[in-house]
Amino acid sequence: MLQSAGALLAGIIFGLGLAVSNMINPAKVLAFLDVAGRWDPSLALVMAGALAVTLPGFRMALRWLQPLIAGHFELPSAKNIDARLLAGAAIFGIGWGLVGFCPGPAIASLAFGLKESFIFVAAMFVGAWLHRAGSRTKALPRSASQRA
Amino acid sequence: MIIENFTPVSALLGGALIGVAATLLLLLNGRIAGVSGIAGGLLRPATGDVAWRALFLLGLMIGAGGYGLVDLVPIRIDASLPILVLGGLLVGFGTQLGKGCTSGHGVCGIARLSRRSIVATLVFMISAGLTVYLVRHVIGG
Repeated sequence: MLQSAGALLAGIIFGLGLAVSNMINPAKVLAFLDVAGRWDPSLALVMAGALAVTLPGFRMALRWLQPLIAGHFELPSAKNIDARLLAGAAIFGIGWGLVGFCPGPAIASLAFGLKESFIFVAAMFVGAWLHRAGSRTKALPRSASQRA
Repeated sequence: MIIENFTPVSALLGGALIGVAATLLLLLNGRIAGVSGIAGGLLRPATGDVAWRALFLLGLMIGAGGYGLVDLVPIRIDASLPILVLGGLLVGFGTQLGKGCTSGHGVCGIARLSRRSIVATLVFMISAGLTVYLVRHVIGG
């Protein structure tokens, strides 16, 4: 219950930040990515503003033994830079550059009821599901896949 | 270089709000505010692990939509239907394969000084920049 409230609060503030900075607007994001065109450097300052808070904030939080309303910190454990990380980031970048939406802004933009947002978010979940379906097939033991 | 539509104050302010949100989720729930990871977890629902994810995503909409009630939020999407679908598929697939997006790797991972996240952020920035360059100045130019 408390964790649900914490997540809702964080989500609301996050969504507010996306709207205030206008990162919810694909045209503005693409104007940042288009260094060779009429360049809008705003996205770099959004990252800088966020990191100015998260760098000290995370440092402090991770010195704690446990979070305030959960039993333990749930942090990524992987350390190595592998082909999946590089390929995944490159593929994500192509999709981001094609439309100007990354996951946060795309989902936040659903509040404005544009059909483009719904199409993009639906496709995004299908893409995520395809990845899961693909990795599950590979993870199946031999006998199970032969039975199927 | 031509600079246009630069909005440094709202960018810094909005960015700081995103940083506050990510720090809060870590301080309170012990979770990384990576939107692709939070959304992706809904595809493998586990008991007690669904509500906070759904509420975080709902919060994104409430926060953005709420701000839209007090100020103009311009949203312009030029992509055609096939490009929207292709872009969505690539973003969904790529963020699951690479385990993160702009928020998870870019904002949270860099704050943890994770080498993986720093590399991933560089790769998706360059890949997105090259894509825009190709679309606007090579194919479209």
